[in-house]
Amino acid sequence: MDRDELWKIAEAERLRSKPLQIRCCTSSGCRASGSMGLFRQLQDEASRRGPTDRLDVLSVGCSGLCGQGPVVQTMPGAAMYGPVAASHAGELVATTVDGGKNSVPRIDTEQPFFKRQLRIVRATAGEIDPERFESHIAAGAYRGLCRALEQSPGEIVEAITRSGLRGRGGAGYPTGWKWAAVAKMPPGQKYVICNGDEGDPGAFMDRAVMEDTAHQVIEGMAIAAYAVGANQGYIYVRAEYPLAIERLQLAITQASQAGILGNSIFGSTFDFQLEIRMGAGAFVCGEETALIASVQALRGIPRPRPPYPAESGLWEKPTLINNVETFATVPAILLHGADWFASMGTAGSKGTKIFSLTGKIRNSGLVEVPMGTTIRQVVEEMGGGVSSGTGVKAVQTGGPAGGCIPASLLDTPIDYDSLAAIGSIMGSGGMIVLDDTDRMPDLARFFMEFCADESCGKCVPCRAGTVQLHRLLTRIIDRKATKSDLERMIQLCHLVKDTSLCGLGQSAPNPVLSTLRYFGEEYEALLRPEEFPEHTPRRAPISLKLI
Amino acid sequence: MSSIVTLQVNDRVISARAGASVLEAAKENGISIPTLCHMDGVSDVAACRLCLVHIEGKGRLQASCVTAAAEGMIVRTDSQTIREYRRMILELLFAEGNHVCSVCVSNGHCELQSLAAESGMDHVRYDYLHPVRNVDVSHERLALDHNRCILCTRCVRACDEIEGAHTLEIAGRGAHSQVIADMGDPWGEAVTCTSCGKCVQACPTGALFRKGSTVAEMTKDRERLAELMIARKEKQWNV
Repeated sequence: MDRDELWKIAEAERLRSKPLQIRCCTSSGCRASGSMGLFRQLQDEASRRGPTDRLDVLSVGCSGLCGQGPVVQTMPGAAMYGPVAASHAGELVATTVDGGKNSVPRIDTEQPFFKRQLRIVRATAGEIDPERFESHIAAGAYRGLCRALEQSPGEIVEAITRSGLRGRGGAGYPTGWKWAAVAKMPPGQKYVICNGDEGDPGAFMDRAVMEDTAHQVIEGMAIAAYAVGANQGYIYVRAEYPLAIERLQLAITQASQAGILGNSIFGSTFDFQLEIRMGAGAFVCGEETALIASVQALRGIPRPRPPYPAESGLWEKPTLINNVETFATVPAILLHGADWFASMGTAGSKGTKIFSLTGKIRNSGLVEVPMGTTIRQVVEEMGGGVSSGTGVKAVQTGGPAGGCIPASLLDTPIDYDSLAAIGSIMGSGGMIVLDDTDRMPDLARFFMEFCADESCGKCVPCRAGTVQLHRLLTRIIDRKATKSDLERMIQLCHLVKDTSLCGLGQSAPNPVLSTLRYFGEEYEALLRPEEFPEHTPRRAPISLKLI
Repeated sequence: MSSIVTLQVNDRVISARAGASVLEAAKENGISIPTLCHMDGVSDVAACRLCLVHIEGKGRLQASCVTAAAEGMIVRTDSQTIREYRRMILELLFAEGNHVCSVCVSNGHCELQSLAAESGMDHVRYDYLHPVRNVDVSHERLALDHNRCILCTRCVRACDEIEGAHTLEIAGRGAHSQVIADMGDPWGEAVTCTSCGKCVQACPTGALFRKGSTVAEMTKDRERLAELMIARKEKQWNV
């Protein structure tokens, strides 16, 4: 395979495409609302009209508006429909071929949900057929890798550093620094790992990226491997994502058959092999040292760092670990340049970020926005606000490691540093919207239960501390707690945060601390009044100021 | 490269071998740092978090057992925060298992008990969880009482790294973690167990014990395990 062959495949795919298309989303979100049945129905209806060289019924990736699924888009015109029932299939096929109006529920593609997005990672997600190699190639897959192989590894690391890309898994460590650390290790066996163990409740960005644009992830990993001097890669995907695994495996097979994975890639001296490793349902395996242990078929528990994986990772060899979205961002940087990427976003956070909007929100689904967009723009404009029509009470970002952002701070721009300053984190990109009916102690307890359940049990503060925090939260919610219980809980939060071994424990108290910070009165209102005399109703203070 | 580093611990300047941990450096200079999961002779896992110390320039408390002593390092092994945190960790351990010293085979020889006394832990501020746990007495000579286990994994490491049997491991996660033999078999049926008893020597509490010993006989010879490792490395045996 060389560059020209890539162009030929893309050209052939373009010639093959038919003027009329019905694109049906077959990714997990829409599948859950029955898109596979709809897809087959659409195919049947199309074939019932006899063989045609004008109409194609295509399976495509996620459009983003998962809450309205199954979503169908017709071409030309790019009219979007959803939720589409299987019974709509005949009508949709008829109006696509013959024109005219139909009664299928339309989705307004001019609404802010679509218009405010800036899609880099998910640029081609709703257009290409995730399971057809040619479709990916026609959309530009592996052109970034071609470009990369014309440069020296050092130039690529420098470009990634200059682009300002930071890790999309949550912590936001500069990607270029990470690559440089692995690249500067002496030559020898090195590894690249893609962390696809997306486990935060309410987060499904990486699932969509892996399902819809698997080749983009592979391409990003190959570029990284070339830049750091690795020849073997692993994609660690949680087994709860069967479709992502199926499509990644298919993509690896396709790329290997085309000579894009294997030896002497694109005629260069660069070799790269890729394998999938499945996670067995442990949240902690998203932590890099636990993930490495799990890939090695050891018990998935974290170990103290240093040494960092860059020095001693998989089988004690230098290892680069990045998140799915980080790798998927890389090809675009190689293709359009570091300066182009750095021109988007804020001073400290460049490019775009995908968020999954869930909870009490009208438009739930995936949005990709430039860094610096405010939470209000994402939640109220794009997300359409709270589904019940009342106001947004708070937005939880960053999953169990993150925090709650109250309505008063919704104008905070989304970037790593601004979110950290208000006690939350960017996290991997989950955004759970809460309305007035949600009680904050309940939310905190939900996340604490999650952390206690997912604690690996290695270090004492996380293993035993989260269990006690959960009990204290339960006692508060059951109105059995006193002020001293609340104080004990806060003190225990600090212990778990300050002394736990890995990120899971260190961030487990965040949902409690951030809801206490902004919604402390909700906790106090639940305390037992008789042991909390300061809280008994007092007379209104008498104003000494004479008017 | 110098083979000796100089660092400051609690305002005292001390020297240490390059590559030694802060814990080792402190200990060699008579500065004690409480530990539970550390044991001389086996690798460190930094799990109990009792040996946390302040290191100037580091934002977080650092586990001294896995932090290498470095030239010019300024370490503080004690502060009000550290003391409070250590005590809280011990309280969490007591609340988590069924640690009733008065009826324990290791009463008086227990590291958990000693640390609690040293830290001034006179009561536990958390709910005792009273978990329902098993006692495995299927082994001919040794026994494992999960009620008294603090999951420090010293036995696991001694079994793997010193004896080379790797009979013991941890299964389950979080609060449901427990020490198992082989694939979760009764210990007596574990085919890889050599019945060497190193795990019993390694155990800081009464979780692992020899059958038929009285409480007074339950002293442990942990130095023997470390000596064994040194002897193997240096090829010198004190017979």
